[in-house]
Amino acid sequence: MRIEELREEEFVCGSFACAGCGAILAVRLALKVLGPETVVVTTPSCLLGVTTFYPQLAFKVPCVNVPFPATAAAVSGLVAGLRRKGRENVRVLGIAGDGGTVDIGLQALSGALERGDRFIFLCYDNEAYMNTGGQRSGSTPLGASTATTPVGRGAKGEDRPKKDMLRIVAAHNIPYAASASIGYPADYIRKLEKAVKAGGPAYIQVLTPCPPGWGYRSDLTVHLARLAVQAGQWALAEYEEGAWRVKEVSNPRPVREYWALQKRFAHLLQESGGEG
Amino acid sequence: MSGPAGVARLMQGNEAVVEGALAAGVRFFAGYPITPSTEIAELMAERLPLVGGKFIQMEDEIASMAAVIGASLAGLKALTATSGPGFSLKQENIGYAAMAEIPCVIVNVQRWGPSTGIPTAPAQGDVMQARWGTHGDHPVIALCPSSVREAFDLTVRAVNLAEKYRVPVILLMDEVVGHMRERVVLPPPEEVEVVERKKPRVPPGDYYPYRPDEDGVPPMANFGDGYRYHVTGLVHDEKGNPTTDPRVAEELLLRLHRKIYDHLDDILSVERYMLEDAEVAVVAYGAVARAARRAVKEARAAGINAGLLRPVTIWPFPEREVAELAQRVRLVVVAEMNLGQLRLEVERAVGGRAAVKGIHRVSGELITVEEILAALREVPEHA
Repeated sequence: MRIEELREEEFVCGSFACAGCGAILAVRLALKVLGPETVVVTTPSCLLGVTTFYPQLAFKVPCVNVPFPATAAAVSGLVAGLRRKGRENVRVLGIAGDGGTVDIGLQALSGALERGDRFIFLCYDNEAYMNTGGQRSGSTPLGASTATTPVGRGAKGEDRPKKDMLRIVAAHNIPYAASASIGYPADYIRKLEKAVKAGGPAYIQVLTPCPPGWGYRSDLTVHLARLAVQAGQWALAEYEEGAWRVKEVSNPRPVREYWALQKRFAHLLQESGGEG
Repeated sequence: MSGPAGVARLMQGNEAVVEGALAAGVRFFAGYPITPSTEIAELMAERLPLVGGKFIQMEDEIASMAAVIGASLAGLKALTATSGPGFSLKQENIGYAAMAEIPCVIVNVQRWGPSTGIPTAPAQGDVMQARWGTHGDHPVIALCPSSVREAFDLTVRAVNLAEKYRVPVILLMDEVVGHMRERVVLPPPEEVEVVERKKPRVPPGDYYPYRPDEDGVPPMANFGDGYRYHVTGLVHDEKGNPTTDPRVAEELLLRLHRKIYDHLDDILSVERYMLEDAEVAVVAYGAVARAARRAVKEARAAGINAGLLRPVTIWPFPEREVAELAQRVRLVVVAEMNLGQLRLEVERAVGGRAAVKGIHRVSGELITVEEILAALREVPEHA
């Protein structure tokens, strides 16, 4: 599917997401690919905060908001229920932020992947708990300053590398897993289509920059989503039938170019005296 | 931020909890972001490394509670903070801490529930959960501050009680007390009473990890100090070995209760306000007690002899204090942001000796002075 072939119809619109919210773009595109015969299972997150309060009740497909640790477990129940009712045509899309996926939601996701349930799980990764004010998550990159990995006396931001969730998911030997970026929509759409066609669980982790959380101007969201890939801070990878494919970066950029645009990394450049 | 003691500061309730925890010697915090308690985690992340402590943001609420238990076993004073949904998730490990006698403090900044409810609205709906949230006939201590300064004092007290009696202690805050800012003057460190847990006075070979002293509390050896022993949530004997012996099981559970209920004089705390000659009384706690105090003042100004009994220790419930009150007043008004959780306890303690009237609000809004005042004006003729 090419971008111009995407349906005009919107399935999430009129939200009160921040200007430049990467997450809402990711969900909007996902639902355009998945279509109206989709039900969404989601969990406390920014997405829920900006799409589920009247009058900005933004989902035009059924949506159930379940407790924080429960996304993929509720998905399992929904998949089983739809199947028993002969409604296997309905696509079940679990959506959670990075905290709701790689931290508190990990056990439920692992169970659902293990069971081989047919569903798509979309992790929109803004690399911290943005809904509660920007605390670190297992998906926060090394060095990033967050509300619970502050920079100051005796503290230099997140001291552990980002959890490699894609490999964790792939280790369940599911049919399809991929990472994507909203800065590469054609690649993202292609991966969503593959997820739809996968015969079992499919997982997509999409990078969704966050203006207030990362500390940048809201017009830079797509630019940063591209630069993250070009600077080697995000890989566009696919795991399919036991094999990995990673998109090669044809035009690599220095990482300082990526850091320099974001407050969460400002201290890294100060410490190196401005040398990249 | 930390400032010098003895100097007035504008401080948030959650911030006062952090100051209290640090003053009481807490050097470990494990937590997970949840409104309206998150400020506690954020401040702990900033402050603990500066005093040689450790902050860990865990992967979920269950893990946070388990990490607190682990750190406490290693000998650190440990605390976690959460709100409704997280408090629910922590319950199994809270029961474990009660059973294995692991000192720890759980701060629950109550928000509207059940479920996700209204994360930013105050409620007092977790009163019974604080008492009975985990399964089994466990004892528990829960303290309930109603001002920012008291959030500091009761955090210190919660840590001290946890260490002294080897129990999980719950600091039952509410969103208003957690988020409001007040002018406070904190005491200098030397004026803060700090209790340390009892250590074994015998060499490792003679140590029975669950043999109590006369006060019912066994001395606690740190893991890593050479005392090798077994800690379990199974029923265990004095050596810590699991058993299904009915006599051991019963004696263990009774002792867990005795070590609390034999020390009520030490553990219970209430505030009595204008009760000496009161004919009508309000029972209120947390944020609601602030409106109740004002209502009592206004009632007095209107010629009604009103008073306030404020449970500071909410569990164990101060039933003697309420029973004694019931002998002297005609009406007890219970004002709380739930549908009557503590009113049931008050009615039990009053035992029909006075009328009991409830003011209950579950809209996520505070109970007003006027509502309490109106209730105080309606004294029954023959109570």
